[in-house]
Amino acid sequence: MNKPAVMANRERADLWHARSKVRAHSVQTWASLSIATLTCVAVVLSAYSIARYAIAQGWDRLPVWIGAGVFMTVAVLVAASAARALQLSKHAQLARDVYDGRALGARASEQSWRAISYSGALVILCIFAWFMVVNDAAVSRTFFDVDLIARSAGTVLKAFGTNFFIFTVSAFLILIWALVIAIARTLPGKAGRPIRMLAIIYSDLFRGLPAIITIYLIGFGLPLTNLPILKDLSSSAYAIIALTLTYGAYTSEVYRAGIESIHPSQIAAARSLGLSYSKTMRYVIVPQAVRGIIPPLMNNCISLQKDTALVAIIGTIDAFNQSKIIASNNFNLSAVTTVAIIFILLTIPQARLVDRLIERDRNKRRSG
Amino acid sequence: MALVEVDKATKRYGSLTVLNGLSLDIEAHQVVCLIGPSGCGKSTLLRCINRLETIQDGEIRLHGDRITGPGVDLDLLRREVGIVFQGYNLFPHMSVLENITLGPLKVLGMPRAEARDKAMSLLARIGLAHKAGEYPDRLSGGQQQRVAIVRALMMDPALLLLDEITSALDPELVSEVLDIVRDLARNGMTMVLATHEMGFAREVADKVCFLHAGVVHEEGPPSQIFGDPQDERTRAFLKSIIDAGRL
Repeated sequence: MNKPAVMANRERADLWHARSKVRAHSVQTWASLSIATLTCVAVVLSAYSIARYAIAQGWDRLPVWIGAGVFMTVAVLVAASAARALQLSKHAQLARDVYDGRALGARASEQSWRAISYSGALVILCIFAWFMVVNDAAVSRTFFDVDLIARSAGTVLKAFGTNFFIFTVSAFLILIWALVIAIARTLPGKAGRPIRMLAIIYSDLFRGLPAIITIYLIGFGLPLTNLPILKDLSSSAYAIIALTLTYGAYTSEVYRAGIESIHPSQIAAARSLGLSYSKTMRYVIVPQAVRGIIPPLMNNCISLQKDTALVAIIGTIDAFNQSKIIASNNFNLSAVTTVAIIFILLTIPQARLVDRLIERDRNKRRSG
Repeated sequence: MALVEVDKATKRYGSLTVLNGLSLDIEAHQVVCLIGPSGCGKSTLLRCINRLETIQDGEIRLHGDRITGPGVDLDLLRREVGIVFQGYNLFPHMSVLENITLGPLKVLGMPRAEARDKAMSLLARIGLAHKAGEYPDRLSGGQQQRVAIVRALMMDPALLLLDEITSALDPELVSEVLDIVRDLARNGMTMVLATHEMGFAREVADKVCFLHAGVVHEEGPPSQIFGDPQDERTRAFLKSIIDAGRL
């Protein structure tokens, strides 16, 4: 090792020590404290006035004040934690030991970011709360008449059975029908071409058609055709046919993406063992494809559940139609809110499940 | 004082212990080669030195300054410690020139013209000046890896970590990458290589470390490790390499 190199190394080390100072994050902690303080004031004032208003409207005192109190406490705690972050940052600046200083600085930074994000969330909740009460609580009255929601719940829930029936039957049919279409679309060679073309035309057509138009045409059109059997099905059955046609086209694309995502080397390996095309599909490709497409299939499934509400257009008494009847009898949209709540309660767990599946898939790929 | 001191570093993933109280000194201007069977912790050690992974126990010092633990400026650390990966990891949406000037422009705040000049002179040194405007997918693996080395060098790191940089390359492309590493070694670049290229390690290393089960089992000059290994496991490992015809 020569002398200039040693010198260069010494300079380099000095430069490193000069740069690698303790970072106290004082600007960030000051910013976080001001944001948290402003938020705290806003939340306390809002919670107080909204609680007063609610009580004036005849709500029970105790639960209202408890709710308001919870919000105020959270806001105060957030402000306190921002203050603590500032204090940590001060300690970090004064720390004699550089490693202690760094550790304190890191905690100050972490804590101030947390205070900022909590403040942001509180502000958004505050704006939402004001939106509900302004204009003499016009928004709450129109959409959230608790009394009407409670009264309509039973009837609407019973009507929701129709949605559930339509959904279950069509989901089952779609899974099979879409696989048929997907396999038709991936048939190889010249011999497969006519079938392939038909499958492409079908899925282009029904992916292009808005679901509501398909339902309308089938629901009102088929009875007019006077065809045996098809002319006198129930409106639920028409809905099932229409949804299966529409969603079959979408879902076949999901299957196809899954099949095509399997690397051609897998087909090469399977065919090299002497497996025929259909056996390759059956034992090697489809089992691998299905694993990867469960999250997008679940997404389609959620979407299908929501679209069962479209059958209201052909006069099926589903939950949405039922709630519209109640809403117009009472001159208040809160009955429709009931349906909205039912749909949301049904789909949220599934959405979380999809997230979990995607996350698991990603972890598997990362570790693999 | 060594440039980097790894002091009883322990890294666990769940119940799997990858580094088990590993200690290692890296002197400035030295080339250290890490050898050992797959899963012995070579790559993990490199990734811990630039804090892509965090060790749970022990400490790592750079210029005598502890860089493990909370509050370390990681962006600063990574300017000082460059890394080149097995899979090149060039950014596919940027041209070669954009790939290698990204760091200097966005991190060091280097003026565009200066970054460009520096990039072109480094590219010329590795014989790829004519590829500056190409996108990575138009380059061979060897060319991509050379660009990746230049991308790390553009930041003027004090230490360069090379994580099995030739393992993904076709045999005929290995030498063009190793030539650059040899050239860097001659110019006094401090480097740590995790490698399976035993012949190259023997030629270029100042120090060879045999890693097994998350600790350095044996370390020494290449003549000793390859010529007269003391440890039973080192001998077994080298024998299997020789049996495979790779040394």
